Amino acid sequence: MDLTYSDTHRALQAEIREFARTYGHLSPRSGGGRKRPDQKTLDWQRRLLERGYAARTIPREYGGYGGASDVLEAAIIADEFSRAGLSPGIMNQGISMLVPTLLEVGTEEQRRRWIAPTIRGEVIWCQGYSEPGAGSDLASAQTRAVVDDGHFVINGQKIWTSSAHYADMMFLLCRTDPDRPKHAGLSYLLVPMTTPGIDVRPLTTMTGRAEFNEVFFTDVRVPVDQIVMGRGDGWHVANITLKHERSMLGDPNRLMQRVHRIRDLMTRTRIDGVRVADMPELRDRLLRLQGEVMASRCHYLRLLTERARGEDPGVKQLIVKYFGTTLGHRLSALAVDVLGAAGLVYEPRGEAAEDDEATTWHIDYMYDIGLMIGGGTSQIQKNIIAERGLGLPREPKASARG
Amino acid sequence: MEFGPNDAQRLFERLVRKLLADHLPMDALHRLANAGSGFDDRFWSALTELGVAGVLVPERFGGAGLGVFEAALAAEALGYHAAPTPFAAAAVMAPLAILGAGSEAARAAWLPRVATGTARLGVAFETLAGSTANSAVERRGDRLSGCLESVVDLAGATHVLVVLDDGTLAVLPVDGPGVRAACRPSLDRTRPPGQVHLADAPAEILEPGSDPQRLACSVVDAGRTMLAADTLGAAQSMLDRAVAHAGQREQFGRLIGSFQAVKHMCADMVAMLEPCRSLVWYAAHAQDAIPEEARVAACHAKAHLAEVGREVSRMATEVHGGMGFTDELGLHYWFKRIGANRQLLGGPERCRQEAAAAQGWSTA
Repeated sequence: MDLTYSDTHRALQAEIREFARTYGHLSPRSGGGRKRPDQKTLDWQRRLLERGYAARTIPREYGGYGGASDVLEAAIIADEFSRAGLSPGIMNQGISMLVPTLLEVGTEEQRRRWIAPTIRGEVIWCQGYSEPGAGSDLASAQTRAVVDDGHFVINGQKIWTSSAHYADMMFLLCRTDPDRPKHAGLSYLLVPMTTPGIDVRPLTTMTGRAEFNEVFFTDVRVPVDQIVMGRGDGWHVANITLKHERSMLGDPNRLMQRVHRIRDLMTRTRIDGVRVADMPELRDRLLRLQGEVMASRCHYLRLLTERARGEDPGVKQLIVKYFGTTLGHRLSALAVDVLGAAGLVYEPRGEAAEDDEATTWHIDYMYDIGLMIGGGTSQIQKNIIAERGLGLPREPKASARG
Repeated sequence: MEFGPNDAQRLFERLVRKLLADHLPMDALHRLANAGSGFDDRFWSALTELGVAGVLVPERFGGAGLGVFEAALAAEALGYHAAPTPFAAAAVMAPLAILGAGSEAARAAWLPRVATGTARLGVAFETLAGSTANSAVERRGDRLSGCLESVVDLAGATHVLVVLDDGTLAVLPVDGPGVRAACRPSLDRTRPPGQVHLADAPAEILEPGSDPQRLACSVVDAGRTMLAADTLGAAQSMLDRAVAHAGQREQFGRLIGSFQAVKHMCADMVAMLEPCRSLVWYAAHAQDAIPEEARVAACHAKAHLAEVGREVSRMATEVHGGMGFTDELGLHYWFKRIGANRQLLGGPERCRQEAAAAQGWSTA
């Protein structure tokens, strides 16, 4: 065990603190579900990229900072941003899911074309996975793509597509080889959302906002080279993406930031004149969550260390999404309780503007349930944890093919 | 930067685990637990030989010269095997107290005997450690009178180290004049709680260090970290057994582990428990190397492991069905050990309250 800061680490810490003092007032607010980044957020992202506080380990040729993978550096950046209450930068499906997928299995051309604008927040991606008949059982997707004159021609429907109403691109899982077995007949395509034949219908969620969409495809044509890996590799690629989605959803640094924001909220809020921070019941709830977030953060550092050693994380990685999203919801639930009746004024201001504090927490409180469902529900996660992680026997299958 | 044990630390852990596996098969555990003394000479000698008793004693005093981190690895292993032996007080809290407080002469007098396992100190707190016991001690010069309950590691102890509220440290032989020390019948058959009555008993008052209160707190913190590590090991052991059982036991013509009701309990247990390992490592490391985080981390580790331990011990027992409720299976030794760890040196609410205070989050 060695958590000693080298001189370089101490310098980085000092540099970020200086950055926070100078530019902290320019940070957008964290939380509140997904939105297209506004100009304030894009400017903030540009500053972070310049200094390597975002996309630190992404190679320079793809628009990143090109830093070496250093577990402690990543932890210092996250810590300092969390402590200063600053936004850690844009987090969306393109950045946290597609970019690592392209780095892992994309072609050089795909990486050069897509990674830089994606991490700058200029190109927004949506994920074309779930269908009305394929939710938790994702591999039974039925949206078809057939090859015609150098193009894939796509027909079908996707649902629960977050951000599709403002996204520029979609990474799409579709069936190119219907005669092959379920998992072997899928391909992973990159589709511009402006392509004729795509119809996006917003789906208003319980937050009152249109965070999700139904997306209809009618004879949508994309060139055949817009595929990641080969035909029939879609399930493999989709799982690489899901792996990254699941680790993003358990990000402990965001959870730590929530603890600090709630702590701050508790010192400002009074119930009949008594500071909430001095009420033992509510304080104990915060402390309990702080302990769990601390465990989650330590777990994350352990995973980073073991990954750097080339060890297979196994069950330790599989628990992250389930553990992290559940914890996230308990944190927003506490915030909602601290806000109390005064926090019931709910005024989501849509895509264009920043929501007030109470609205942001209430959106998170509901959105967090969406996170527990999306990317493989908690129940699917528990199957994966128990079967792949603990080696317990699989559920008997209803049928071999979907 | 390395989050987790290095090669040398892993080797130490493996050796401790090997020794415990060899010495404590279920029949041996049944035998020792039925005796209920919480101490076995032969077993203690073997642990001592491996350096477990002297894990924190500096090499110049004949110990292994390791840190709280290594001690936590040992504690986790002891919990995994529900080892009926002193450790948290005898091998961790007492030597830390003597290292931090006593004069060099006291260190030279005590620590070599701790390392050889011949001086075994139980540790008793007046009130500092969040106990519900009615402990109260009056000091007159070097004589103590009063009663101390919930003494940790009194089983097999040769001495008891008393931590008074002002941080004063006093050592008394358990068979000395005016001392009546006895272990009580215990829920946790592997580590009985001790009770000490003192009637004008002559004590060796250790020379105070620069900040006795602070030292007393760091002794509590180290003890809490050990109990958290012990619970981690004990809960892991229960989880491993539950998973093994679910993968073997058939009902309704299927392995019960193929039922989601059962496999999801196992998934819940591992999802709760695995991050605890990292938390315990961090808390232990903080005792060695990050003084400003040591108290908060120890309080959180103790409190969180108490909560997770409670859940895992219940669910693992449930997964075993009726067998889990029997004496014969022996699963209850771990259930009770986890239950005892939760209460010793302060329950979770108390620990969290101290974590709040340590961060300036509370006026209390």
